[in-house]
Amino acid sequence: MFALVFMRNAYLASTFIALTCGVIGVFVVARNLSFLSHTLSEIGFAGAAFGVFSGLSALNGMLIFTSLSSLIVGALGVEKSRREATISAVSSLFIGLGILFLSLSSKNASYATNILFGSIVGISFDEVKQLIILSALVMLFVLMMWRSLVFDSFDSVGAASQNIHRDLISIIFLILLAFAVSIGAQIVGSLLVFILLTLPAASAQYLGRTVPQLLMIAIGISLIGVWLGLYLGYVTNWPVTFFIASIEVLIYLLAILYSRLVQRS
Amino acid sequence: MTVEPILDIKQLTVRFPDKVVLDRLDFQLYPGEMISLIGANGAGKTTLIRAVLHQVKPVHGTIETHPLHETRQLKIGYVPQFRNIDHDFPLSIASFVGLNRLGHHWPFYTKQEHQNLKHALACTYLTDLAQTRLGSASGGEKQRAYLAQALVDDPDLLILDESTASLDVQAKNELMALVQELNHNEQLTVVFITHDLELAARYTTKYYLLEDGKLSSGASADLNQSLIREKVRGAI
Repeated sequence: MFALVFMRNAYLASTFIALTCGVIGVFVVARNLSFLSHTLSEIGFAGAAFGVFSGLSALNGMLIFTSLSSLIVGALGVEKSRREATISAVSSLFIGLGILFLSLSSKNASYATNILFGSIVGISFDEVKQLIILSALVMLFVLMMWRSLVFDSFDSVGAASQNIHRDLISIIFLILLAFAVSIGAQIVGSLLVFILLTLPAASAQYLGRTVPQLLMIAIGISLIGVWLGLYLGYVTNWPVTFFIASIEVLIYLLAILYSRLVQRS
Repeated sequence: MTVEPILDIKQLTVRFPDKVVLDRLDFQLYPGEMISLIGANGAGKTTLIRAVLHQVKPVHGTIETHPLHETRQLKIGYVPQFRNIDHDFPLSIASFVGLNRLGHHWPFYTKQEHQNLKHALACTYLTDLAQTRLGSASGGEKQRAYLAQALVDDPDLLILDESTASLDVQAKNELMALVQELNHNEQLTVVFITHDLELAARYTTKYYLLEDGKLSSGASADLNQSLIREKVRGAI
């Protein structure tokens, strides 16, 4: 399997994707941003279509669109009550644009399928390098604002009583989320990248009790999903995304079951 | 020698678009005091505290804080009124308490920070529950964890915003006895915002009534006199 260059690239890329999505996912779940991460995935599709249409790469198009819409969502309504309506409005606009760009560009329908559902054969080593750099950048920012981000994510009321820059943290985090969506979509596709951003972290919530534990568990579950998914995809020739999604859902259900059993005993 | 107040508020005026919340208010708080702040809903108690925490900008007046220690500014620990911790909140009590350490940005804690966390848990009798999930803790334990989170920063002044409101009688008294202990043993100055006059009378020495943007005060023991208690109750 590793004799094939595209499989080596896919494994390398998916390892960094799992790391990034595992870390960002813990904060997505803690900050109740699952809905936004879902929407950003859809926006990522529009971005990729734009990237293809304009001659930029799909990844660059995604980065531009998701970061831009994160900024718009952040500027329009950081407060929860206003956020969901804002997100719906922003996502409608971008999905419309995605469909437009896709129809304007000369690429065929199978390319659209690749963007939506992911592809393991398409990743070149240069793209892997870009993914690693982006992923390192995301990690660095998370580390740099670690304590404020953790406090604000897990106890927003407590953090609000301290004079920390909550709006700034929120907007920086939205951009990091946009990056994570764009990175993750390269393997699992834009339609299902939110799986890696929500399910491992949601499973971890049932299993861990400290923030480092949540991170380790979420990263571990993401890695199991992408590594095993790639292997099963290689062996069966079925879509990798199908396996990743199924594995993550299965682990999530097992985590719920485990926490119920622990509570009962 | 006269003792200097740690908090000295003069002629403080805070205005919201539709009303004057605080109207040329004066207030001094001395080190080691444990006072209650009483007032009707919407009277401006939380606004007063937010002004002290620099979260609300006054249109007039001054708020001065005087440090107790030469090496650092006055530190204020605030325990907010509402907390959105539900049943599936994942963090342990120790992790939750440890969230309030903003001295640095990097993840790893210093030795001093570890000690402060241990001390805050011990002061609030949470050492044995440190690894329990906060989501599954009782109401009283949660309030103690909120208190411990404010204490972990080693404050000189502790402000409790209706911390006893959601608790049963026994848990209320336990929490207040604990705060009184901290007031005595750690020389912590305490402001207790409440509607509960019985608790105010039992655990604080002085009460301040916020009404129409102004403060009036009296000895908390007087709240046991029916005439004064009824007057204060009428105002809140």
